[in-house]
Amino acid sequence: MAQTVSNGAKPAKKPKRREFSGMSRALARRETISAYLFLLPSMLFFVGFVLIPMGMCLVYSLFNMGLDTSATTFIGVQNYVEMFQDKTFLRSLWNTIVIVVVSVPAVTAFSLWVGSAIYPMASGLRSFFRCVFYLPVVTGSVAVTVVWKWMFNPYNGLLNQIFGTVGFDWLGNQKTAIWCIIMILFTTSIGQPIVLYVAALGNVDKSLIEAAQVDGATKLQVFWKIKWPQILPTTLYVLVITTINSFQCFALIQLLTRGGPLGSTSTLMYYIFDVAYNYQRFGYANAMGVILALIIAVFSAVQFRVTKTDNG
Amino acid sequence: MNNSKLDGQSKSYRVFAAVLLAVFFIFPLYWIITGSVKDAITINAPQPQWFPLHPIMDNYVKLFRQPAIKWLVNTVFIALAAMGLTCLTAALAGYALAKKRFYGRKILFTLLVCAMALPKQVIVIPLLQEMSALGINNTLWAVILPTVGWPFGVFLMKQFSETIPTEILEAARVDGSGEVRTFCSIVFPMIKPGIGALAIFTFVNTWNDYFLQLIMLQQKEVFTISLGIARLQGEMSSDFGLIMAGATLAAIPIVAVFLMFQKYFTQGITMGAVKG
Repeated sequence: MAQTVSNGAKPAKKPKRREFSGMSRALARRETISAYLFLLPSMLFFVGFVLIPMGMCLVYSLFNMGLDTSATTFIGVQNYVEMFQDKTFLRSLWNTIVIVVVSVPAVTAFSLWVGSAIYPMASGLRSFFRCVFYLPVVTGSVAVTVVWKWMFNPYNGLLNQIFGTVGFDWLGNQKTAIWCIIMILFTTSIGQPIVLYVAALGNVDKSLIEAAQVDGATKLQVFWKIKWPQILPTTLYVLVITTINSFQCFALIQLLTRGGPLGSTSTLMYYIFDVAYNYQRFGYANAMGVILALIIAVFSAVQFRVTKTDNG
Repeated sequence: MNNSKLDGQSKSYRVFAAVLLAVFFIFPLYWIITGSVKDAITINAPQPQWFPLHPIMDNYVKLFRQPAIKWLVNTVFIALAAMGLTCLTAALAGYALAKKRFYGRKILFTLLVCAMALPKQVIVIPLLQEMSALGINNTLWAVILPTVGWPFGVFLMKQFSETIPTEILEAARVDGSGEVRTFCSIVFPMIKPGIGALAIFTFVNTWNDYFLQLIMLQQKEVFTISLGIARLQGEMSSDFGLIMAGATLAAIPIVAVFLMFQKYFTQGITMGAVKG
């Protein structure tokens, strides 16, 4: 079999063939065909139920689409223009940003702290704590939300009974409602980051830590100079997934406050739902979806930049 | 170690803080379960009853007057079907992405990662329109099919497939083993832990994917348990005993599954993280 030169000075005849360096043409073809066949089932689902809806989202955002699809007309960027004059949209955008800006750093810092506390523990104890902090995620947003709704209840809720503030309506108060949401979101968000941090801290090179300790490094120095750079990729990942999740905060809002009181807890995702589901304005909802996706992309990109440069 | 005493002290301090937090995180689940066996008088009493002294089953009797069993069956069906299909398609695709060379591999991989970074919920509204056009809205498949399409599984299986030594695959090829046989007898046994991780991960996440279920399933016959409780809460918002019974029914099976397979689950989360 003729061996193509794979790491010589010149690449093979066609530059594209580098993918197949060291293979005969027949073999390359066989590889390609079998690869496509292996990919086919998965791609059918991916294209059909992820890519196509994404495309639809973009296209429909330019249409005035309602329940009666025969009345659909092309309106260009009208939906996008309307959005930035829509007070409820702007309020929802603001609330969402507040939630993200508070919860993302809080979740990241707290899960790093818990992760650092539990990773040196014996493996049984470690997996116990990991489970405990993951419990609110597994329990499911609906079950968690309904029990919190009860605990926040003005008359027979646990919180008022403990604090002796019976009658106070946590979720009906414009000032406290959003903080209640952020608190519950926090308990359902830290499970995954903790699991990731425990794994990442467990992978930090122990000989480096020991060497530093021998050289008299303080705990803080060991953390910032040795552990932090090594867990940076995990931190970045945690930041990105927590941002995406916080931006999509929905179930809590829909089940606890329905965006109220007076729009003080309406988030983008909740408003998109409201517009699509209760007003059947699909075009407008899709346009807001596009903007939400863009905002998340920008946030993720910024975090990526900051975390990268932070490391020098 | 010269400072072992200090270490020991800070360690017990840490354990204490962790235990305190653990109580806070377990409490909602405890309150759901105990609340489900309290009677209306206890629930509406001005003082909380920390432990149900006289547990009753009335709330469950009331719950099962609703089609709660049907909701549970629907949820199990959705989670199992999504799990099976995801594992099958993702195992095949992940292996191809990790071990095969073909045109468009890099583009495809980039596309998958980018899609994963997008908010999943945003495409649910256009998905509803697509499902209506296909005539499968208000069927359980409207929840199952999009779940299978989400590229996380492919990504996870690619990570696992990369651990397969290429030499073994080449040896099999030289021995004249066909693609299907190579996959079944060599690749599959090696990525089994990965499939386990993906299976449990998909099962738990599908069970709890309230938003997708809410948009796709509007008729009571196709409700999932999450939708059922949400509906109960909307209709009888002050009957907390009944709502807690529903929440128990939704939470206990999935928590049990999680606890049984948590090793795989943790593995799935860690392997799915984009490294570097």
